[in-house]
Amino acid sequence: MSGSTGETVGILDYDAGNLTSVENALRHLGFNWILSSEPEALKNTDRLIFPGDGHAATSMENLKARGLDRLLVDFAARGRPILGICVGSQIVLDSSEEGPTACLGLIRGTCLRLPGGDGLKVPHMGWNAVHFETDHALMAGVPQDSSFYFVHSYYTKPAANVQVLGTTDHGIRFVVGFAKDTLATWQFHPEKSGSAGLKLVDNFLKWRP
Amino acid sequence: MLQKRVVVCLDVKEGRTTKGIQFQNNIDLGDPVEMAEAYYRQGVDELVFYDITASAEKRGIMIDVVRRVAERIFIPFCVGGGLTTAEDIKAVILAGAEKVSLNSQAVKNPELIRQGAKMYGSQSIVLAIDAKKDASMPCGYRVVINGGRTLTELDVLAWARRGHELGAGEIVLNSIDADGTKAGYELTITKLIGEALPIPVVASGGAGTPEHLRAVLQEGRADAALVASMVHYGTYSLAQIKDYLADHNVPVRR
Repeated sequence: MSGSTGETVGILDYDAGNLTSVENALRHLGFNWILSSEPEALKNTDRLIFPGDGHAATSMENLKARGLDRLLVDFAARGRPILGICVGSQIVLDSSEEGPTACLGLIRGTCLRLPGGDGLKVPHMGWNAVHFETDHALMAGVPQDSSFYFVHSYYTKPAANVQVLGTTDHGIRFVVGFAKDTLATWQFHPEKSGSAGLKLVDNFLKWRP
Repeated sequence: MLQKRVVVCLDVKEGRTTKGIQFQNNIDLGDPVEMAEAYYRQGVDELVFYDITASAEKRGIMIDVVRRVAERIFIPFCVGGGLTTAEDIKAVILAGAEKVSLNSQAVKNPELIRQGAKMYGSQSIVLAIDAKKDASMPCGYRVVINGGRTLTELDVLAWARRGHELGAGEIVLNSIDADGTKAGYELTITKLIGEALPIPVVASGGAGTPEHLRAVLQEGRADAALVASMVHYGTYSLAQIKDYLADHNVPVRR
C-alpha cells in the first residue's frame, strides 16, 4: 500500500504511552524511522511524529525535561512536517485545561474537557466516524465519514484561522484534526484505526506542504 | 456518535486458539495470529486474547503471539490471563497490546490495577469480572474466579466500583451462567454495571445470534459485545452481525 520515500521519520519518545504501534505502522508502510528521546538524535530527521497518551501537564513536563519542546519549535520554524497524535495534537496549542498547563503554542488555540453528560462516557473511547471538513492531501483516498479509534477526555479548539481537517460528535461536535503550515494533527490514533488510519499515516509521510 | 464495538475473543493455550464450554473440553481452532489477521480484514473492532496456558514456563509463547499480532493488525487489542505482576503487564504492553485484562489476579491483588493504571493509564487496564447469579449477594451476582471454580465473597457491582476507583478504564462483564450456552447475554447485571459506572462495559458470555448482541447493546446498555464461537465456527460472519446491528439502529463501524 506504500513505498518508502527514502526519508527518515523521527518519533518522539517522552514516556507518553506505548509507541510500539506507531513503529509497527511505519514498518508495515515501509518507512525508516528513529525512535528517540534525544533532540540530537532527532534534529536531522526529515519529519516528526509526535505521539502521546496521558496527561497534558505531565506530557509538557516530560517534553521540557528532555529539551524536546525546543526541538518541536525548531522543527516547525524550519518548515519540516510534524504530525501530532492524541495528546500530541493537544499540546501543540497554546494551553490545556488538563492541569491546567501552558503548552507549546505552535498553533493558536486551547484544549477543553469533554462535557459528557446524558449517559455519555468520558473518556471518549472507541470508534467514531470523522467528517472531513475540507479536501486535503492528508486525507486523499480515505472515504468521507470513515471511523477511527479514539481514547481521550479533552478536545482541541484551535483558533478560527486554523484549517480544520475533521470533526466528530460525542455530545458536542468538536475538531479532531487540523493543519497549519507544516504541522498537522489527529486526535484519534491513526496507527490503531485499521486501513483508513494507515492511509492517513502514509499520506502524512508523503505530504509536501 | 460513538459506535458500539464488536469484540472477538480468542482463548489461547500454548500458542494455539482453543474454545471450551464453561472452561472445559478445549478444542483446537487454529493459529491465533492468522485468525486475528482474518478478523481484522473482516472489520472486527477489537480483539481479546485470553492466555489459558496452564504452565508458567510456557507463558513466554504468549508474548511472541502478542508481538506477531501487533505487527500485522492495526486496531486495539487486549491480552489477559496469567498476568500476576506489574512486570507481566509491562511485557504484554511493550509487545504491542493496547490493553491488559485482569481477572482473578486483580481479586487476589487489587493493587495490580492501580500499578497498571499508573504505568500505562486507565485506558490500558481492563477489569474482567466473572459473574455468577446469586440471590444472597446485594446486587444479585457474585464474583467468581479461577475460571468459575472458586467463589469469592465479592459482590459484582461493589467490585466493579472498586476496580474503577483503583484505575480500571473498562469492565468486561462475563456471565458464568450464560458462557458457552449461546442463549444470549445476561442483560440484568450488564445493564446494572453499565448504568452505575462511568467507564465502558463489554458484555461477555452467551452470544449465539446477532439479536443477542443487539439486545445487550441496546437493552443491556453495553458499550461493546464480545463474541467467540458464533464467529469461530463460521455460524455468522462479522459482516452479518454488523449489518444486523446497523439495520436495528445500533451505531457500528462499517
